[in-house]
Amino acid sequence: MNGKITLAQGSGGKAYRELIQKVFLPAFFNEYLRPLTDSAVCDGGERIAFTTDSYVIKPLFFPGGDIGRLCVCGTVNDLAVSGAIPKYISVGMIIEAGFEVKTLVRIANSIAKAAEEAGVIIVTGDTKVVEGGSADGIFINTAGVGVFTKERPPVEQKVKLKDKIIISGYMASHGMAIMAARMDMEFKPPIESDVAPIISLVDSVIKSGCKINAMRDPTRGGVAATLHEWITPDIDIVIYDEALPVRPDVAAACEILGMDPLYIANEGIMLLSIPECCADLALKSLHSTPGGENAAIIGEVINGSGNIYSITEYGTKRRIIVPEGELLPRIC
Amino acid sequence: MFNIKSSLKIKDIQRKIAELAWGIGKITIMEVCGTHTVSIRKYGIQQLLPGNVRLVSGPGCPVCVTDKRDITLALSIATQEDVIFTCFGDIMRVPCDGRSLYSLYEEGKDIRIVTSPLDALTIAQDNPKKQIVYFGIGFETTAPLTAALIEAAEARGIQNLSVLSAHKTMPQAIIHLLKDDNTIDALICPGHVASIIGAHAFSFVPEKLMKPAVVAGFEAYDIMIALLGIMKMLHDGERKCMNMYPRAVKPQGNKEALSLLYKVFEPCDALWRGMGKIPSSGLKIREYYKKLDALSKFNININDDKFSINISDEKLKDTKVTSDVMRNGQDETNKCICARILCGKNIPPDCPSFGEACTPANPLGACMVSSEGSCAAYYRYSNLLHGDIG
Repeated sequence: MNGKITLAQGSGGKAYRELIQKVFLPAFFNEYLRPLTDSAVCDGGERIAFTTDSYVIKPLFFPGGDIGRLCVCGTVNDLAVSGAIPKYISVGMIIEAGFEVKTLVRIANSIAKAAEEAGVIIVTGDTKVVEGGSADGIFINTAGVGVFTKERPPVEQKVKLKDKIIISGYMASHGMAIMAARMDMEFKPPIESDVAPIISLVDSVIKSGCKINAMRDPTRGGVAATLHEWITPDIDIVIYDEALPVRPDVAAACEILGMDPLYIANEGIMLLSIPECCADLALKSLHSTPGGENAAIIGEVINGSGNIYSITEYGTKRRIIVPEGELLPRIC
Repeated sequence: MFNIKSSLKIKDIQRKIAELAWGIGKITIMEVCGTHTVSIRKYGIQQLLPGNVRLVSGPGCPVCVTDKRDITLALSIATQEDVIFTCFGDIMRVPCDGRSLYSLYEEGKDIRIVTSPLDALTIAQDNPKKQIVYFGIGFETTAPLTAALIEAAEARGIQNLSVLSAHKTMPQAIIHLLKDDNTIDALICPGHVASIIGAHAFSFVPEKLMKPAVVAGFEAYDIMIALLGIMKMLHDGERKCMNMYPRAVKPQGNKEALSLLYKVFEPCDALWRGMGKIPSSGLKIREYYKKLDALSKFNININDDKFSINISDEKLKDTKVTSDVMRNGQDETNKCICARILCGKNIPPDCPSFGEACTPANPLGACMVSSEGSCAAYYRYSNLLHGDIG
């Protein structure tokens, strides 16, 4: 199938069926999708995790990933950090008329590949086509369902005094990759996004038997935003600047644009708050899992009054604030 | 980025500064440049200094000193039909009577952030039916790049590009600000500007203003070693301009950049937010390049802080705008003391709106908008809510 997406392909008629048959089914096909009924009927569990997210990223393709990979990983990672085992996802697309079919095929294949990598099944979907000018190429929404088991209950999501804060890998890569791509900053080689499913990293920590007090994927707003979601009035969270893992190219881009890596989005790492006694064990399991080689203990939870700050390499303190507004690069 | 090899570690410098500061009373040092402000807050440099040494910010954030008149001009041009307006990111959110370039962007106007002025050239070539306007902001550091854009556009005969220049030069502003001052004891001079105009260009600080000065780099070590240089001079009663950033700054500066700069621009009077009109402190496009000057292309007549323009936006039609020249130290909102902060007379926490009514997401004044503004740097890196940590 070639050419451009037409309004007719969103109409529910013959052209629509052709789009489903020729683009989506070849990419997504599985036993749940085969009946093409209104709802997928799936096995579940006693308790489930359920999440949804919409993807409007620009550019659609960027070094290290694309909107297809992102819309799977983003949703799957949200499930994984709740402690659930991600199982099923839905894919809903809003496509602008005139969108290239071959680009759509490329995105669909990327979705399928990411779903396979993450071990989730695409069980349902939807496609709408809007007039040219009403959407910026393509918007995708995915929802996901994960299951909890007796051995794997939901993570409490409450940091506790004396916890260690662990990061599973290099930070700020996704946000800086997008920014560099958007601004045509020609880094050679280009800065790559970290977009990836983090399920095996989550599994490794859970299977090590280590207790997890809180676990999040620090996407928009970066690590700083997650720390602010964790803070309570009776504790302080202290971060050690020197321990923060940032890829050299990402650090350079941050420096040029006047950005602080703590505030930049990630799509393939997680932040954990782990009791002091288990922290080394958690770190060891991450280090021995592909993608977790650069995991590090970056801070700790101490007695305090709701402050988040970092200790610089000079022993001084600086405040980590709630991220505000869209990040704009500085001028010189 | 590389560091000067030195046997001195930060802790040693810290100790030496404390020794030199002992018994010499209260010392106030102004860092002129916004990038220094950010480094100082980011690395917590103030925390490394003895209690009698205080750092205050100066007028060196280009976004912060851009006058409301120039922002209004930019908004007027950006609202015109068939215009693609290009600028650096920081200037986007500077508020002006409830509007900003960012709010126009949200309304769907074609406003694009560039990382280099030369990007505007590519945009112009890709969009032959549109008029591309580049908003030139900044000091001697960015002005040569704007000059390069104008020169390149002229050489290639590009018709659909023009520049709105709000460029400024640093030395005149420092003289204007500090000529009668007795509160600032010494200056940390901007390393970026000095890399263009040369370290010698700052010798007016000891000669005319009778204050010691140090041209400094931007790493924690650079700033600490510069402060040590200043404390040594203050201790010994010396007044010199020391270049402590020799890896980037030559005594005579960058001659090629300077010659390009003055080939395209000539000095003019400029309006500085918070400081009013300062003679010969701005850069206007020379007559030869007139057709690349947005003022000429859009028939804009400027008379000090008022201007008229024939524009398509009804709301702004024939606007006579009064700029926010500070005559009583208060901004137009009456709740913002940006003007006093830009002059080093106050620090951000002195402002009643700081961190409450005025935050980076909702700035009242320009100092909170740019990441290099002193209010934004204080807000980002200092604790306001639970006791001061620096």
